[in-house]
Amino acid sequence: MSDGPTFLLDGEDVPFAPGQTVLQAALTAGRYIPHLCYHPEFTPHGSCKLCTAKVNGRTVACCTTPAESAIEVDSNTQELNDLRRTLVQMLFAEGNHFCPSCEKSGNCVLQALGYDLGVMTAGFRHLYPDRPVDASHPELLLDFNRCVLCELCVRASRDVDGKNVFALSGRGLTKHLIVNSESGLLADTDVAVTDKAVEVCPVGVILRKRVGFAVPIGQRRYDRRPISAQALDDAPRPPDGGGHA
Amino acid sequence: MANSQAAQQVPDVDALVRKAVARWRHDPTRLLQVLREVQEALNHVPPRALSLIARLLRLPLSRVKGVAGFYSFLSTEPWGRYRVLFSDNVTDRMQGSERLLAEMCHRLWVEPGKVSEDGLVSVATTSCTGLCDQGPGMLVNGRPIGRLDSERVEQICGLILRGVPLDDWPASLFAVEDNVRRADALLGHGLQPGDAIRAALGPVAVLEEVKRSNLRGRGGAGFTTGIKWEACRHATGSERYVICNADEGEPGTFKDRVLLASHADLLFDGMTVAAYAVGASQGFVYLRGEYRYLLDRLNAVLERRRAANLLGAAICGQPGFDFDIEIHVGAGSYVCGEESALIESLEGKRGVPRNRPPFPVSSGYLLQPTIVNNVETLCAAALIAVRGGDWYRSIGTLKSSGTKILSVAGDCARPGLYEYPFGVTLRQVLEDCGASHVQAVQVSGPSGNCVDEGDFDRRIAFEDLSTAGAFTIFDTSRDMFEVAHAYTQFFAHESCGFCTPCRAGTSMLMHSMDKIRDGNGTLHDLREITRLNRVLLMSAHCGLGHTACNPILDTMKKFRPMYERRLRSRDFAPAFDLDAALARARQMTGRDDPGAHLENLT
Repeated sequence: MSDGPTFLLDGEDVPFAPGQTVLQAALTAGRYIPHLCYHPEFTPHGSCKLCTAKVNGRTVACCTTPAESAIEVDSNTQELNDLRRTLVQMLFAEGNHFCPSCEKSGNCVLQALGYDLGVMTAGFRHLYPDRPVDASHPELLLDFNRCVLCELCVRASRDVDGKNVFALSGRGLTKHLIVNSESGLLADTDVAVTDKAVEVCPVGVILRKRVGFAVPIGQRRYDRRPISAQALDDAPRPPDGGGHA
Repeated sequence: MANSQAAQQVPDVDALVRKAVARWRHDPTRLLQVLREVQEALNHVPPRALSLIARLLRLPLSRVKGVAGFYSFLSTEPWGRYRVLFSDNVTDRMQGSERLLAEMCHRLWVEPGKVSEDGLVSVATTSCTGLCDQGPGMLVNGRPIGRLDSERVEQICGLILRGVPLDDWPASLFAVEDNVRRADALLGHGLQPGDAIRAALGPVAVLEEVKRSNLRGRGGAGFTTGIKWEACRHATGSERYVICNADEGEPGTFKDRVLLASHADLLFDGMTVAAYAVGASQGFVYLRGEYRYLLDRLNAVLERRRAANLLGAAICGQPGFDFDIEIHVGAGSYVCGEESALIESLEGKRGVPRNRPPFPVSSGYLLQPTIVNNVETLCAAALIAVRGGDWYRSIGTLKSSGTKILSVAGDCARPGLYEYPFGVTLRQVLEDCGASHVQAVQVSGPSGNCVDEGDFDRRIAFEDLSTAGAFTIFDTSRDMFEVAHAYTQFFAHESCGFCTPCRAGTSMLMHSMDKIRDGNGTLHDLREITRLNRVLLMSAHCGLGHTACNPILDTMKKFRPMYERRLRSRDFAPAFDLDAALARARQMTGRDDPGAHLENLT
C-alpha cells in the first residue's frame, strides 16, 4: 500500500488522490461499488443513487462525495444492497423494459445491475408510461421507453460533442429526454452516428439502425462477465495497476 | 376565429419576445424571467417564441424547452385567456375548494384541467397559494382571490363570461388581508426605512452582532445565520451575492407574504445589512410565482429606496458601499425553495438541487460565494442591527433566540399570523387562535411533523418542535388519512425528478395511498409504504424526498385506525377491482345474478 492518504471501504484501506470521489478512488483501487449514472469519462452526476453508501454513518452517493482521509465507508452490506435492489426495481417499474426483445440485452447496464444484485421481479406496480419512439433519423433510433434519465447522453453531447443534442424536460415522473430541434425529432438535429452521446447510452434508448443482434445474445458484454467485474476492467487505472485480483 | 387570432399574433410574438429579452439585457441567466414574461403576455410560450428566445439568448433550443417544461406556471400550449388556478392545499379542501371548483366548471361548461372550446377559460388546481387564513384561494391570471364561496364563484364566472378585463374586476375581489393576530418584536418593529443600515454602518460590527444574537435560519433548516455570513465573507471569490429566499412554498405557510406585502423595507434593510456584512454588491429576491402580484409593489419600494440612497452607490453616504437588489419571480416549483435549486433557477435553469459540497457560501450563484436567507431571517437581522445581538438573545429560549412567526390556519376561529418568542407551547397557540376539539396539528407543513394531543405541551423551538412556520389545525371531524393523502399528492406533484428514489418513489407512494383509499389496501401496502420510506430517507437527493413520507408515517403511527378501517384483511389484494372489471360483461349479457359476481368468492 502506498504512503498516500487512504480511507476505509468495508474495513479495508483504499488509497486516493486528492480530488477523487469515493467511487473514483474505489474503482481505481479495484473495488466495486454498484453505479449507473456515473461514467469514468464524465463529471459525476449523482442522480441514480445506486452508489449510495454509508460514509461515517451517513448515507451519501459515493460518486459525488469527495474522498477524505480516514473516513469509513460501508458499501457491501445487506442494507445497502437491499436499497440498490429497490432502486433498480424502481427504474424497471417506471419505464417500459422488455429485455427479451431489446437489442441492448446483454450490453445493458440496468439489466446487468439487476442480474448482479439479484433482482428477481420489478417489485412495484409497473407505471407503463406512454413514451413514443423517435425513428425519424435514418441511422439512429430513439426508444424512450427504456430511458433511465442518467443524462449521460446530455453530458456527452454537451461536454464532448459540443452539440447539446439531448436535454431534459418535464418534471417528476414526467421528466423525459428531448432533442435539440424545432420539430422535436432527432432527424432535425445535428447528431452524428459517431457522437460520443450515441455511444454512451447505458441502456437501449439510443440505438444504431441495421446492426441489430450482430452479436448473438449470450455472447455480449455482460453475458460474459458480471458488471461488478466488467466495471473494474473499465475503470481508469494507475500505470502500476490497482490492488485487485 | 382561432386561426385569425393566431395570424394576428404572429408579429406580436416576435416583438414581445424581443422586448422581454432586451429588458433582461440579453442575459441567458435571465431565461426563466424572459419565459415568464412571455407566458404572462401570451398565456403560453408558443414554439415560435421558444425558438426566438433560444436564438436571442444564444442558448440551445433543447435547454430553453427543458426549462419551459420544468415549471408548472409555464406552458407551451395555450391556456384559457382567463386562467383560473384553485389553490389545492388541504386547508383549501377543508374550506370546500373541491366543491367550488366543480361548481365553477359546471357554470363555465369546462372540464377541470382543460381549456374551454372557445379558448376563453381554463380551470385547474395548483399547489398552496398561501391564502390558507382566508381560503379557499385561487389565482386568476396570477391575481389572488381569497374567501371563495358559491357567491364569489358565481360572480367570477359572470365576469369571465362577459369577458371583463381583470383590471376592471371589483378590487374587493383581490383584497388580501394581513391578519396579524399577535405581533411581537418583529412584526411590531416600529423601524423606519434605512434605520438598520445606518446602525450597521456604525461603530459596532454588525456581523458580530448577528453572531452574538444566535439567530438561526427561519426557513426550516435552522442553520446559524452569523456562521453562514462569516463563511461567505471569508470565502474566495470575485463577487459575493445576497439572496432572499421568498419562495414560500411549504403548504400552509404564508408569513412571508405578509412580510413582503407590509414590511418590505425591513426585508430590504436586512438584505442590505447582510450585503454590508459579507461584502456583496448584488442581491436577489427570489419571489415565488404565486406571489407575482406583489412584484410591482416591491419594485416600487426598491425604486423609492434607490431615490433615498438606501440602495445603489455609496449607500447612506458610505464610500464604497454599493449594493442593489433585483427581483426574480419563480414559476411554480416547490423544490426551488431548496437553496441550491433556487440558485439554479436564478441562473435561468431547471430548478434541480445541486450536489453538495460545495455549499453556496463558497460556491453559489454563478459559482461565487453566496448567502441564501429566508425572508423572516433577513427581517430579524435588520432588527438585530438596530437593537443588538444581546437584546435579541434575551428573547426566546437558550437555544432558540428571538421570535417565530406562525402561519396559523385550518380549524380555528382566528386564523392568521401569530408571532411568539420561541418556547411557546402548542397548547398556548391553540388557545390563542380559538381552536377546539383539536385532533392534530401539522407543524411546519407536510415536510414537518403531525402532532396529536399528547404532544400539545411541546414547544416551538429548534430544540423541540422546529418549524418553518406552518401551523395547520385539524379538529376531530377530519379524516387524517385524507390529510396524508393530500400531502402525498403534493410531494409527487412537486418532485423535480432528478433522483430515482424521489421521482419514482413519490409516485409509488401515491399509488399505495390511492389503493388504500379505494378500499383495496392490505397490510402489504402498509409494509410497502415503510419500505419506500426507508429508500427515500436513505437515498433521496434533497429534503423533499427525505420528508415525503413524513405525513403518512406520522398519521399511520398516531391515527392507525383511520388506515386500518380502509384495509381489506387479506395479506395482498391487487390494485384493480376484479368484480368491477366484470361490470361491462354483466351489462352486455344482461346478467346480475349472484353467479355473475365475484364478491361472494373473496
